[in-house]
Amino acid sequence: MTLLRHLAAAVAVGAVVWALSVQLNAFRDFQMAQVAVYVVAIAGLSLLIGLSGQISLGHGAFMAVGAYTTALLMLHLNWPIWAVFPASAAVTALAGAVVGLAAARLHGPYLAGATLMLAVALPSLASQFPGVLGGDQGLSVTVVPPAALGATFPPTRWLAWVCALAALIALVILANLGRSRVGRNWRAIRDDPVAAALSGLNVAALRVLAFIVSAACAGLAGSMLAVTTSLVSPGSFTLSLSIALLAGAVLGGLGTLTGALWGALVVVLVPTYVTDVATSHGLSGGVAANIPIAAYGVVLIVVMLVFPYGIQGGLRRLAGQFLPSSPTRLGPPARRAPTGERTEDLDSPYRRPPVSEHQEEGTS
Amino acid sequence: MNTSHRLRLPVIAAAVTASLVAAGCGSGSSSGPGGGSGAAASAPGITSTEILIGSHQPLTGPAAPGYSEIAPAANAYFQYVNAHGGVNGLKIKYKYLDDGYDPSKTVSVVHQLVLQDNVFSIFNGLGTPTHLAVVKYLNASKVPDVFIASGCNCWNNPAAYPYTFGWQLDYVREGKILGAYLKQHFAGKKIGYFYQNDEFGQDGVKGLDFEIPHSQVVSRQSYVPTNVNVGPQASALKASGAQVVVAFSIPAFTALLKLASLKVGWNPTFVVSNVGTDPTTLAGLLEAFAKKGGANVSGNQLTQGIITDGYLPTLGDTGNSWIALFKKVHDTYDAKAPLDGNVLYGEAVAYTFVQAMLKAGKNPTRAGLVKAISSGLPQGAAVAPYDYSATGHGGMMGGYIGVIKNGAVVQQGPVWTTDTTPTGAVTQFTGTQPAAPASGMP
Repeated sequence: MTLLRHLAAAVAVGAVVWALSVQLNAFRDFQMAQVAVYVVAIAGLSLLIGLSGQISLGHGAFMAVGAYTTALLMLHLNWPIWAVFPASAAVTALAGAVVGLAAARLHGPYLAGATLMLAVALPSLASQFPGVLGGDQGLSVTVVPPAALGATFPPTRWLAWVCALAALIALVILANLGRSRVGRNWRAIRDDPVAAALSGLNVAALRVLAFIVSAACAGLAGSMLAVTTSLVSPGSFTLSLSIALLAGAVLGGLGTLTGALWGALVVVLVPTYVTDVATSHGLSGGVAANIPIAAYGVVLIVVMLVFPYGIQGGLRRLAGQFLPSSPTRLGPPARRAPTGERTEDLDSPYRRPPVSEHQEEGTS
Repeated sequence: MNTSHRLRLPVIAAAVTASLVAAGCGSGSSSGPGGGSGAAASAPGITSTEILIGSHQPLTGPAAPGYSEIAPAANAYFQYVNAHGGVNGLKIKYKYLDDGYDPSKTVSVVHQLVLQDNVFSIFNGLGTPTHLAVVKYLNASKVPDVFIASGCNCWNNPAAYPYTFGWQLDYVREGKILGAYLKQHFAGKKIGYFYQNDEFGQDGVKGLDFEIPHSQVVSRQSYVPTNVNVGPQASALKASGAQVVVAFSIPAFTALLKLASLKVGWNPTFVVSNVGTDPTTLAGLLEAFAKKGGANVSGNQLTQGIITDGYLPTLGDTGNSWIALFKKVHDTYDAKAPLDGNVLYGEAVAYTFVQAMLKAGKNPTRAGLVKAISSGLPQGAAVAPYDYSATGHGGMMGGYIGVIKNGAVVQQGPVWTTDTTPTGAVTQFTGTQPAAPASGMP
């Protein structure tokens, strides 16, 4: 049932994406592809942090692994795109397993530090092996729309379709995983590892598994990024990418897939939109150049102040305040809309019954 | 629990729709080809009043110091042209976007400029790794990609990149000119190389090797820009007994090598490529780095005597008509920036673009611009002619040797020209550089 529901949702979103890709101009198509890239990467990271309770500042490095795998497979073996995506995700999952083995033994700041090191060190491997990895110049990746679509078919629309499809498949898998026994186990080890271990869960193995799944997402996203930007070079996988992913996950709402979409939209669209506004108002170069960074910071601060649980958490909270008063076919109000702030995980089946929280809000 | 599941589908769908529709609204007026009013539009980006061009520039990030001055300086010259009648009556509008020297962002902003803003041409995109990310896309889209701010010889490939043109002296030619000078003036001396391990440094070394006898080269040390510890390279160069060091390095690494060599007590003659020797930038970096290490140095004292090369008139040559023109434009439209090598570069490359647009005629098309440049451009602010032809998309063919004296480059001897082949001779340029037009317009 869950699978069917998620598939239905994916088909619906896919239809919307298709309609938009045909309606909007070529650059918006390109941005849709970019959003798809970030949705996958952020969803993976969000799952790692929000469900399994681990942190990673090194997801940019996993994206680099996926991107370089893609470039090498396409350059040397001419693999088609539908084979390259899963292969890149698999290779990166392997890298995630290695890192995850170490990560399962680390906590908090130590884990952050170890993954931070990964983000800094891994991309510079490309400079160390210029023969294979192309050095600072990187490797180029060429993807053209299939000839069947016609010579005048916009390449960016093809990119948008490919990336959106890959993203939807990944999200359906993640959504099911989150609802499955594995997902529940992750929540258990996040909320109380000792209690989870006493209940018979293998905490270390679950943590490694979370890292593997999360890395696979990052690898897929890296692969999509390589296809979108048609170039893989170390300059694309700096520390700031890893930080942007983390910021996107937190902004959108940790542990939720819809939140990953919000985060990706903010990461991709805010800088472009603000640059347009800044340059069209004739601000001086030095000021205009730095406004997107400042605006991004402001968005981050405002969202965290207004919606401490991210945009998705904020929306659910709003929905929770407005919907219960109206007659509904969705079930008794007390059970439906989450309003609590007790746990980071908005989907958690272990969340306390919201009744007491309504009472608290009534008094405030 | 079921309730939250059932909510999800409409929520996600609504979210996607709302956000993308909102995003779509942002694109607004620019969705039509040619963008706007023009009944007279002959090509994308051209209206009855305006030519819109775009660029990717490192306005923030690691490459921003110095390089971020280039686009505003180019824009200053365009404003000057616009105030003096424009190009055949059309005003140039220059939209340069920040890519932070990150190739992924370069791809993103160039797509935006081409697909959404419908620019006529990409002009002076900065950086080798960044521009390599978009050169294929621009050529596939048949968008002119002119006067790239990088001396990589890779742009000169008309068969693969018919729409792409270099501008500045390429690193192979530069290496040959420096190499020929070393062969003549430092015969028998031991020479060490210090170069950035990418297309920039490797092209430079290629040019040097075409001229300098291999027996004279006692050590070859490279660096990557992400590792700022060049102590090992300085020690190795010292141990090899090199009396002269040739550096194809960016300013920060020229400064680091200079300081590292002082530390190990090694004092060779420094020969540094044009990219790494803007005296103002270099002196500032030397002082800043030394201060971090707890020492006080005079930047101008340390840069004294560095041998380099140049392809634009020197800033110190105030009697030069080009310097006078660019100073006038700078003082009127870009006075906040210091008048240094980067500003000079930006104005000079903008001048070349206006030359090309004028040659492309009254109703310019993209193919027309490419044809205009391919049939050759008159020598403008550059000290040597351009290598533009149907088979050559390179850029300037030569430059002069200079020495830094009291914080300014002083030209030594004549202008030299050469080609990019292993055997092509380095010969003295016999022509003279024409003076800048009195109107300041090409």
